This record gives sequence, C-alpha cells and structure tokens, in this order.
Amino acid sequence: MFGNRANGFALGRLRDEVDRLFTGFAENFESAAPSRGFPLLNVWESEGSLHAEAEVPGLRMEDLEILVVGNELIIKGARDAGSDEAEGRVFHRRERGDGVFSRVVRLPIEIDAGKVSATLKDGILSIDLPKAEVAKPKRIEVRHGGK
Amino acid sequence: MSTQTQVEKRTPSEVGRTEQTWSGRYYAPNVDIAETRDELTVFADMPGVGAEDLDVRFENGELRIHGRVKPRQDEKVAYLLNEYSIGDFFRTFQISEAIDSEKISAEYRDGVLVLHLPKVERARPRKIDVKLK
Repeated sequence: MFGNRANGFALGRLRDEVDRLFTGFAENFESAAPSRGFPLLNVWESEGSLHAEAEVPGLRMEDLEILVVGNELIIKGARDAGSDEAEGRVFHRRERGDGVFSRVVRLPIEIDAGKVSATLKDGILSIDLPKAEVAKPKRIEVRHGGK
Repeated sequence: MSTQTQVEKRTPSEVGRTEQTWSGRYYAPNVDIAETRDELTVFADMPGVGAEDLDVRFENGELRIHGRVKPRQDEKVAYLLNEYSIGDFFRTFQISEAIDSEKISAEYRDGVLVLHLPKVERARPRKIDVKLK
C-alpha cells in the first residue's frame, strides 16, 4: 500500500528534471535518447533507498564528481577519448563522444546525503541513496478497537 | 527488426560497417576507429560486460564483437526513471585493410573494449631510403 502511493508520486517528480550539458556529448547522445543528456540514468526504489545506475564507459572514479545537494543528485565529469594528433593516428569513426558533462536530477524524496555511496565497475556507476529518516515508510500498527 | 547500414568508403582503409539490430536484446556499441601506420584500433563502449563474456572474432575480413550482459536488476523492478535498457552488445565491421589476424589483441577496461588490429607487413607504408650518390 505504502509502496504504490510512493511510486505514483515519485514518477511525476522525477520527470521534472534539470539537465545541463556542455560540449561533446550532446550530439552523440541525442540520437540515442533525445534531450536527456549524459549520462543516461535508471533510478529505482527499495524500502530504505533510492538506487541510481548509469553507463559511463571509459570513466574512472577520479573522473567523476557525485554530489547530493538538497534533493538534487548531480553527476559531473569529463571523458577524454583521445585526440587525432596523438601518436600520428587518424580517426575514421568517432561515435563515442567526449568532453565535459554535468547532469542534475531532482529526486522525489529526501535523501540522507551523508550516507550516499557509489561504486564503479566495468563502466557501470551505481549510486546508493539512502532515504532520510522522515522519508522512510512507517508501518502503522492498526489495533482492533474495543473488545 | 533488421537494419543494414552501408557507409561510403572514403579512403582505402576506411572501415565499412554492417549493422544489425534485433528488437529488444542487442545494442550496437558506439565505437571510435583510429588508424596508425601499424594498426587499426577499435574502441567500443561496452559497459557492464565481464571480460569472460566477450567474444571477438575476425574472419574473412569481418570483425565481429559480441558482449554478453547479465541483467543487473530484477526484471520486475519498477523504475522511477528508465532512460536506457540493458542487453547484449553486438556489432560487425567489414575491414578492407589487410590485417594480420594472428596478431590481433584485445583489452577490456572500465567498460571499454580496445582492439588492436595490426596491419600485415605489406600493407604498411614504407619509407624508402634514397641514397645520394
């Protein structure tokens, strides 16, 4: 019961997001997912946390900055896919895109910013966003009245 | 659904492509292809593929890369935001350059597959020494 109510609310709010995008990534990723920016995100919810996942191939943790400010999740970084001039090489095809990116997503519920953690493995960024105490569902004991 | 894309060749060493996409499961990885004097280098974005789940083949001038991706979330998960799907990566390329297939090597790091396709000796540009007399 609590879950359903929370999901309905969350969906509407998550759509209301702010994306800021700089050079490079725009062209390549627009075709894959119009006007979404980089990185693309999947977000889901468990009882105690929100979970966000993004595909960020070629990036390491030191290339990424993850911030939670208020109810906004901010993912910033830069990817260097190499230049034409390096090692006397010529690029015949460039689809991967590089440059600086910044993505801001408004989260639907309050997060305990101090407990946010992230892992990065094989280009998959996983962010665990524990809910603030006030945002966790409370089970209400319903007692039989009278007897 | 199946789509075929032929890209016009601009230089003799341009790597043409044949792409196939099937509904649902397969995604064509984005690639960069670079050429140096000695080799073609293919960089393919294939996040979430374990090194043991990569299958790279080169046969009759066709390079085929396939990365198996295991589901990372329960299939019943209710996404609050769902901007990308998860599935295998697959793509083939026609390589017109003469490649020494014995010496092809591959690395996978941070979700990027890097393939080194060394040119056969005769395909490499040569510097001819001109002796002054």
